[in-house]
Amino acid sequence: MAEEQKLFKVKIDGITVEVAPGTTILNAARQIGGDIVPPAMCYYSKLQGSGGKCRTCLVKVSKGSEADPRPMPKLVASCRTTVMDGMEVANITSPEVLEARKGVVEFLLLNHPLDCPVCDQAGECHLQDLGYEHGAEATRYEFKRRTFDKVDLGDKIQLHMTRCILCYRCVFTADQVAGNREHGVLGRGEHAEISTYLSKNLSSPFIGNVIDVCPVGALTDKTFRFKNRVWFLKPVNAHRDCDNPKCCGKTVLWMRGDEVFRVTARKDKYGEVEDFICDTCRFDKKEAKDWVIEGPRKIERQSVISANHYVGVNKPKDTLVEVLDGRQPKLLMDIHSISQVNRPNIDLSQIEGPAHSDDFNK
Amino acid sequence: MFSEEKLNKVKEIIARYPQGRQKSALIPVLHLAQGEFGGWLSTETMDYVASLLQIKPIEVYEVATFYSMFNLQPVGKHVFEVCQTGPCMLRGSDNIIDYIKKKLDIGVGETTKDGLFTLKAVECLGACGYAPMMQLGKHYKEHLTPEKVDAIIEECRANAN
Amino acid sequence: MGRKLLFDKAHIENIRYYDVYRANGGYGSAEKALKSMTPDQVLDEVKKSGLRGRGGAGFPTGMKWSFIAKPEGVPRYLVCNADESEPGTFKDRYLMEFIPHLLIEGLLISSYTLGANTCYIYIRGEYAWIPDILEEAIADAKKNGWLGKNIMGSGFDLEIYVQRGAGAYICGEETALIESLEGKRGNPRIKPPFPAVKGLYDCPTVVNNVETLATVVPILRIGGEEYAKYGTGKSTGTKLISACGNINKPGVYEIEMNISVEEFIYSDEYCGGIANGKRLKACIPGGSSVPILPANLLLKTAKGEPRMMTYESLADGGFATGTMLGSGGFIVLDEDQCIVKNTLTFARFYHHESCGQCSPCREGTGWMERVLKNIENGKGKMSDIDLLWDIQRKIEGNTICPLGDAAAWPVAAAIRHFRDEFEWHVLHPEEAQKRNFGLAHYADPLEIAAPAAV
Repeated sequence: MAEEQKLFKVKIDGITVEVAPGTTILNAARQIGGDIVPPAMCYYSKLQGSGGKCRTCLVKVSKGSEADPRPMPKLVASCRTTVMDGMEVANITSPEVLEARKGVVEFLLLNHPLDCPVCDQAGECHLQDLGYEHGAEATRYEFKRRTFDKVDLGDKIQLHMTRCILCYRCVFTADQVAGNREHGVLGRGEHAEISTYLSKNLSSPFIGNVIDVCPVGALTDKTFRFKNRVWFLKPVNAHRDCDNPKCCGKTVLWMRGDEVFRVTARKDKYGEVEDFICDTCRFDKKEAKDWVIEGPRKIERQSVISANHYVGVNKPKDTLVEVLDGRQPKLLMDIHSISQVNRPNIDLSQIEGPAHSDDFNK
Repeated sequence: MFSEEKLNKVKEIIARYPQGRQKSALIPVLHLAQGEFGGWLSTETMDYVASLLQIKPIEVYEVATFYSMFNLQPVGKHVFEVCQTGPCMLRGSDNIIDYIKKKLDIGVGETTKDGLFTLKAVECLGACGYAPMMQLGKHYKEHLTPEKVDAIIEECRANAN
Repeated sequence: MGRKLLFDKAHIENIRYYDVYRANGGYGSAEKALKSMTPDQVLDEVKKSGLRGRGGAGFPTGMKWSFIAKPEGVPRYLVCNADESEPGTFKDRYLMEFIPHLLIEGLLISSYTLGANTCYIYIRGEYAWIPDILEEAIADAKKNGWLGKNIMGSGFDLEIYVQRGAGAYICGEETALIESLEGKRGNPRIKPPFPAVKGLYDCPTVVNNVETLATVVPILRIGGEEYAKYGTGKSTGTKLISACGNINKPGVYEIEMNISVEEFIYSDEYCGGIANGKRLKACIPGGSSVPILPANLLLKTAKGEPRMMTYESLADGGFATGTMLGSGGFIVLDEDQCIVKNTLTFARFYHHESCGQCSPCREGTGWMERVLKNIENGKGKMSDIDLLWDIQRKIEGNTICPLGDAAAWPVAAAIRHFRDEFEWHVLHPEEAQKRNFGLAHYADPLEIAAPAAV
């Protein structure tokens, strides 16, 4: 029998948690949950090698470990730094971290177009959330923003490079999930861009997952583009018996009435997909009859999708009668035919335009 | 396509690295290819290099676009790469760039109509003590003065004929 | 004359060729190491010498070597960092061009110490003619039994290969260099793991600067303890300084780390004073990334002591009133030079060289360049100076690799010490196009140039 693994004790913002050795600070914080979880724009737990680039998850290590209590000299990327036993970390309790994070958000938004009103990602965009929670209200950048032309990566995926924050997630996805990578990061520094170099179509049967991993609206689903706002749709869990052995067939359908507007993988509360899905499920099965619908999907991110969510809402009881001791409220009668509240002899439907108090004083 | 001789050179380069690490040869082979196929890397050239090293074309594009010495567009026969970073600026590199511009009647980043010269303003080349300077092909031209620039241009023209 | 350890034989004609190098005692240190010392004994000598990395960071070399992991059956690599690209630095080029065998011998001893059987010299792509020189030297060394199998009957094998980069400053960062050597983009890796555990091809790797590795040769020749007697305090031995800018005698000098900055600039043995009879305004003593100092703070520390050419003395006063020895790229500015313009060229450099992987550096370096360009072109605002300060502060320490710091420091130091010159540019935009701010008070006795609290 294997010996029981010794757990490491780590304290994040004053909350202690015990985690397995090798766990990153970010994942330890996720085990605690709540406000102390650092935001992550490039890290993706399902993608090997991801993380460390966006710098939004910077935290302060105020005590290295029990054995070596020296603090770390610089802020560290919590997604790529593993915990030590006795480590103490400050995230939202450190003004230095909050200041640095604000700086990072400003940098990320420096060349971002802020075209949210016409962006399909709006409402489920991690950069929107990040800007809202950690950013300043205005930019200090007074120069022309960097722009790129829109590119079609085949007939299903649109690349809007201007919005990209270079998280490299789609590159890792193409390598590790889709296979046969045909796109990558080209150019250097400010000119770095996601590209195929030759405007090629991406052609792997799992390449659609790049849309799901993209934290912003740089990669969007062309079969859904401009069809609807995500917060007007009702997400439901659904599954089908997919022939592709690598595809789990478990998805979220984004519906309005009986119409399926788009299909995505199921995402957890950190916006990461639970299981990758194939392009047939994503792009070709757009009818409710293709799917077994399991029930409403709870979207846990703090977006507007959750704001008008119907899960957990109780159907209102007809309580008015009880409250009014059995008296029938007249307000609920057809106000356009008879108004008994005001003057019963005045027919509202005869009044041109909005009714005015003068109309009742005649 | 590389000549027999160059192909042997490629093999020799690949042999420097452990088995299965032939991707390490990418930058040296791209240098070789750029020298061989007109001073720049076309898509065909890069795809050819990818096939030689048995890697994906995108891996070649990623690298070729990262390093400033690889030209992805055709350039003139002689490329004047004049350093403009601090130490060279202190010794008057701006005047040298202006002089070349006037002399060749081109702007920075442009090529003369006869395709002979391209002028580039580049960042530090590690010859700060011998400033102002430029790179011309494989070699450095240092302690530049207008007279020296004239002589270099003449020499290039003479070689072209 | 200062004592020399690396350039002691540089004046000998044809020292770049094997026969001449050998006839003048070359490969003597290698012979000593391979025939009479164990790797641990060599490591001990290097530790005793107090040698610090000559690439810029100044990390103790012996300690770095002792960190290398030694798992069974896994090859180890030594990589020689010859990607010399920090503006102001051109010392390694001199060494490789004129005394290549000194480097080869250093690589041999170092590889032997580390147990590495393959060594790569990663040289910047622009030094296009130097690989030929190095490869010739490698071939000659091999012909004479210093490379290959069972070197000098010691049972130790070594191959050295030269790899050319292709134009990327960032590849001087050790993990970016390793990525580049693997045929990838020069994106620095996120540390840990450190190269000593997981470097080239995921194997334990040591990356050292050319000068560092060459210095191992004199250390073995005279012994670590003797080497440590050169220099001052923890700045042991000699250091190559590449001097440039507005001085009479730009070039590469080997100094013993016990002379003053003033002596280095003004003595005929070294820089020979400021060119054209001008006065000294400012100096960047360790390559473009280290803080610039005005003349008064350069020659004397804030305590009023003469500033010495050592790691400690140059860093005296921290960033408030000090700077760093860095890579030894010594850039001198005379009274006619404009600090704003000089800072702009460095900001442009770091913007151009940012790999683009992490957001503060990718976005921030370009932003700083644009703001500086506005100030330089007479379109600046007073608030731009504070904005610049804030941008550099948000880049520094928040990036994956030190390029972010390297981009932030020159801007910070220029504002810290030359704020009034920036303000003058903003207040007199038209005049600033026609003339420079000049020397102003930057060479005045120290109490005036107390550090501005920004």
